[in-house]
Amino acid sequence: MTALQHVRLGAYHVVPMAAPDDFAEWRDHARCMVMADVPPDRIAWTEPGGSGGDLFTHGDRRLPVPDREAPQPRVSRRFMEIAKTVIMHSDPDRFGLLYRVLWRLQSKPRLIEDSADADVRAMADMARAVRRDIHKMRAFLRFREVETEEGEYFVAWFEPFHHILRHNAGFFTRRFANMRWSILTPAGSLHWDGETLREGPGATKADAPNGDPTEELWRSYYASIFNPARLKIGAMLKEMPRKYWKNMPEAQLIPELVAGAQAREAAMVAAGAMEEPERPETLEAVAKAIETCARCLIAELHTNAVMGEGPQDAPLMIVGEQPGDNEDMQRRAFVGPAGQLLNVHLEKAGIDRGAAYLTNAVKHFKYVQRGKRRLHQNPSAKEIDTCRWWVESERAIVKPKLVLAMGASAARAMLGKTVSITKARGAPIPLEDGSELWVTAHPSYLLRLEGMGREEQTRLFDADLAAVAARLRELA
Amino acid sequence: MAQKPVLDRLKILADAAKYDASCASSGTSKRDSRSGKGIGSTEGMGICHAYAPDGRCISLLKLLLTNHCVFDCHYCINRKSSNVERARFTPQEVADLTLAFYKRNYIEGLFLSSGIIRSSDHTMEQLVETARILREEHDFRGYIHLKTIPEADPEIVRRAGLYADRVSINVELPTDAGLHRLAPDKNAGVIDGAMLTMKDAITEAKDAKKRFRHAPRYAPAGQSTQMIVGADGANDAQIVTRASALYGRHRLRRVYYSAFSPIPDASAVLPLKRPPLIREHRLYQSDWLMRFYGYSPAEVAQAADSDGMLPLDIDPKLAWALKFRESFPVDVNRAPKEALLRVPGLGTRGVAQIVSARRHRVLRLDDVAKLTVSVTKLKPFIVTADWRPVLLTDRADLKNIVAPDANRQLELFAA
Repeated sequence: MTALQHVRLGAYHVVPMAAPDDFAEWRDHARCMVMADVPPDRIAWTEPGGSGGDLFTHGDRRLPVPDREAPQPRVSRRFMEIAKTVIMHSDPDRFGLLYRVLWRLQSKPRLIEDSADADVRAMADMARAVRRDIHKMRAFLRFREVETEEGEYFVAWFEPFHHILRHNAGFFTRRFANMRWSILTPAGSLHWDGETLREGPGATKADAPNGDPTEELWRSYYASIFNPARLKIGAMLKEMPRKYWKNMPEAQLIPELVAGAQAREAAMVAAGAMEEPERPETLEAVAKAIETCARCLIAELHTNAVMGEGPQDAPLMIVGEQPGDNEDMQRRAFVGPAGQLLNVHLEKAGIDRGAAYLTNAVKHFKYVQRGKRRLHQNPSAKEIDTCRWWVESERAIVKPKLVLAMGASAARAMLGKTVSITKARGAPIPLEDGSELWVTAHPSYLLRLEGMGREEQTRLFDADLAAVAARLRELA
Repeated sequence: MAQKPVLDRLKILADAAKYDASCASSGTSKRDSRSGKGIGSTEGMGICHAYAPDGRCISLLKLLLTNHCVFDCHYCINRKSSNVERARFTPQEVADLTLAFYKRNYIEGLFLSSGIIRSSDHTMEQLVETARILREEHDFRGYIHLKTIPEADPEIVRRAGLYADRVSINVELPTDAGLHRLAPDKNAGVIDGAMLTMKDAITEAKDAKKRFRHAPRYAPAGQSTQMIVGADGANDAQIVTRASALYGRHRLRRVYYSAFSPIPDASAVLPLKRPPLIREHRLYQSDWLMRFYGYSPAEVAQAADSDGMLPLDIDPKLAWALKFRESFPVDVNRAPKEALLRVPGLGTRGVAQIVSARRHRVLRLDDVAKLTVSVTKLKPFIVTADWRPVLLTDRADLKNIVAPDANRQLELFAA
């Protein structure tokens, strides 16, 4: 085909398309045009309701007669695949672009593989935009339920950007095969009664129901599943651009969620995790810091902080639960009845209290006021975990070879989990820094028991202390 | 005990479920509801029905059956010692919610997990029962992801695979020591054993399906897992190595990373600072390098700095290229696909287009610019018909040329 051959044509052909998304129609016209040897720049394609043909008022509206002798136009399968998608694009130039590529394919059959070619790229870009719109319609369309005499019926209002409604009909009938529904769009509508699909004219938003009680559940779900600690608005907008928001019930929440997020995270960090730059490096620093510690609710009781005591290089660290009434007033650990009982048993086992470092899992006395008495209350797991910071700091400074945890609270402070004293006692538990932990009952437990039980528990307590004493001698 | 209204419980149990990163609904068998009585279809590609302002996809109704839990894992908002408000759903209630949401096209299906109540077996039974109601009573053909409980009876866990598209067991932490310290009730050996059993069941079912057309479907979307990043001391090299071992040993479909994020009522054992979100992003990028770009775990580890951490200011592919400059420049007209995939700034699509286009023309820099997002980034690493990066790859300040915004970006993310 030389350029000269076209001169005789002289005029434009105007090809009116009956449907905006009908590939077969375009293919039939295009086949005729190629066989009549009409070059791309001599055709004006017009779509229904479009203005594409107005520029060519002098154009020939009769279609050319194809040359029967001309060979059938040939195209690659790849072109067909992409073209079927491109035809749904809203750009009025899509028909012309497809024809141009078709025309060029006749002399360069593998043109479609050349992704650096401008026409091929334009096709690829259009196809991508259409595929995205198809996908977004499947994702962002929302049905609303309406009550009818025959039971539930679902209606959706959606505004696609390309001519994809008919293409997506299959997806919705496959998915909601046993539901009755309608999908309304400005350009057309689909109606499914459970058996057949009917196409209808375009609609307006007012034709669709304006609410559904289930949307409240959905909106709550949307707000709750969002993690305010990780705001990434850009990532959201990339996949769910604002243009889709107006028909999505959950999207109206976005502005308030975003606004609230920073504040919520700040509150969470303040209430939960603590800002502690570094561990205190000396026992004095720990003692000073616990004076003003208000990380848990025990601080509200305004009791005294009770620091551990003993040599800084003690090989044995003994951990109790928390200061009691006496300890709180004297501001020293293990001076009350339980402490005195402990002294007796330590002496019996041959352990020098003066050479050990004695401290508590929790640094403040937790109590409830009953008349004039302050009744001891067990610290909660959360309070123990919070206060663990301090006893771990002490342990990091003293570096004992052996830790004796007395009672479940002390054991939790050392291990981070609640263990059963009965199961854990009697054998060493290795700790991460290489030292070992022994677990026994708290002496105040012995004080609360009577008779046989007390005798039995005292015997076990002594056995634990004796084992610790023996192990200490081994480690020394 | 009187139950709170569904709306309140939904808030509590969705809130409790949001720390599971996975929301994928892809990769399962193709099916639809035309031949059945119920609703639902899966067509291979997953669909994200909404995006939350945290940028994450909402594809599934992600819920906990209950957030009561007898375990005391420190990083978890639902641990026994936490003060969060508790609630529970019955399997029937979850099934009803799933159907109501699915009919309105809000979701692709259900992702159900649970705190451990009474016993692991009991909890697992309840999860499986929910899936059974959906599948058997309502002929639901959408997507179901069940979290399985490693400590539960293997027979109950096996049944989960019969109803679910995907099953997952969280390894929780990249190191066994970390697991021991932060999740004292869990056991790395048990988790590993449960994943192996699941892998075998999936392989066996796939095999049976090949030979018998009516063999039951069994977790057609495979199994996945999740690791929390930044709660223990593991560095990126360790995490990447662990992930690749999991992909190999358990044939996992995905390893999800979740940057430890401050949770309300946090345990005091946790680190005081959250890791930058960008770290999670870098780990996902390295995951991609291994799965789609032909990098071995050792090579990804090479991209890390001497402390085993991936650089935060540049992506791991660029970091690798800057360390191994002898592999560049790559000639886009001649180099094999594998070499092109290593060029920073070239993605799998860009590479495919280059390979396809170069059969038809000798590529010039202009052509490459048309096929890729940013040719400026590529220039130091490629050779085209009209371009050769003279001395550029030897320059010490190359990083500033290809990633001039590196430092500024870091500040933005650090906030």
